[in-house]
Amino acid sequence: MAAPIGQPRVRLPSGVKAGDIVEIRTLISHPMETGTRRDSSGNLVPRDIIKTFIATFDGQEVFRMDLHPAISANPYIAFAFKAEKTGTFEFTWINDAGTRATSRSELRVG
Amino acid sequence: MNRTVALSRRTALFGTAGAVVAITLAPKPASASLQPATEAAIKKLIGDKKLNEGRVTLRLPPIAENGNTIPLTVVVESPMTAGDHVKTVHVFADRNPTPDVASFHLTPAMGRAEVSTRIRLGQTQDVVAIAEMSDGSLFIGRQEVKVTIGGCGG
Repeated sequence: MAAPIGQPRVRLPSGVKAGDIVEIRTLISHPMETGTRRDSSGNLVPRDIIKTFIATFDGQEVFRMDLHPAISANPYIAFAFKAEKTGTFEFTWINDAGTRATSRSELRVG
Repeated sequence: MNRTVALSRRTALFGTAGAVVAITLAPKPASASLQPATEAAIKKLIGDKKLNEGRVTLRLPPIAENGNTIPLTVVVESPMTAGDHVKTVHVFADRNPTPDVASFHLTPAMGRAEVSTRIRLGQTQDVVAIAEMSDGSLFIGRQEVKVTIGGCGG
């Protein structure tokens, strides 16, 4: 009974010049159940987390993260990126059950 | 969060206890040893290799009122070129029920070795980050956070 992977939210920076190092910020709604929490009737809530995040730019992996239950609910993940040219970011979140959520955004470099 | 009233009263009690402990804790040297569970988690990921001090900075609030969502940024000094870059950064919470927090896999395309997320801490403790460089060397940094109300499921 895994929670559905929520809607990813990504906003790429604008007005980026070639050579700029920008911060890519991502967020996805997800409870990140630790597996140690009990519900109101005292039963353990089974573990259900997003365990992998992958970011690619024009098909090339630029950043990946392995998540553990110590990552907060609705995981916020941000990383630096050196902008060289306009291209497409693809972000993928994968939960314990192997379900994926994907989001694509174009980074415009002027 | 959708916790019960009974739980929030209990976490409030734990929070008070945590605050008292925090005041009585003396500052630890950077070389202070880690909990056995943290040592085991580190060994599992990187083996017995030598850990050098420096180059790794953890940005965390010194005091966190809510242990459920604490902003963390890790910065590693590195030129991030093809020949000299940070490959992986492992983060551990020394006194969480499970010390593993996250592993970040970096590439030279990032230009700068900087990553951010939000973490859960069950109590006042040190957060540790270990960076694996492209030449195989390892660097460790740590930062204490005083937690007044713990995360990790109350």
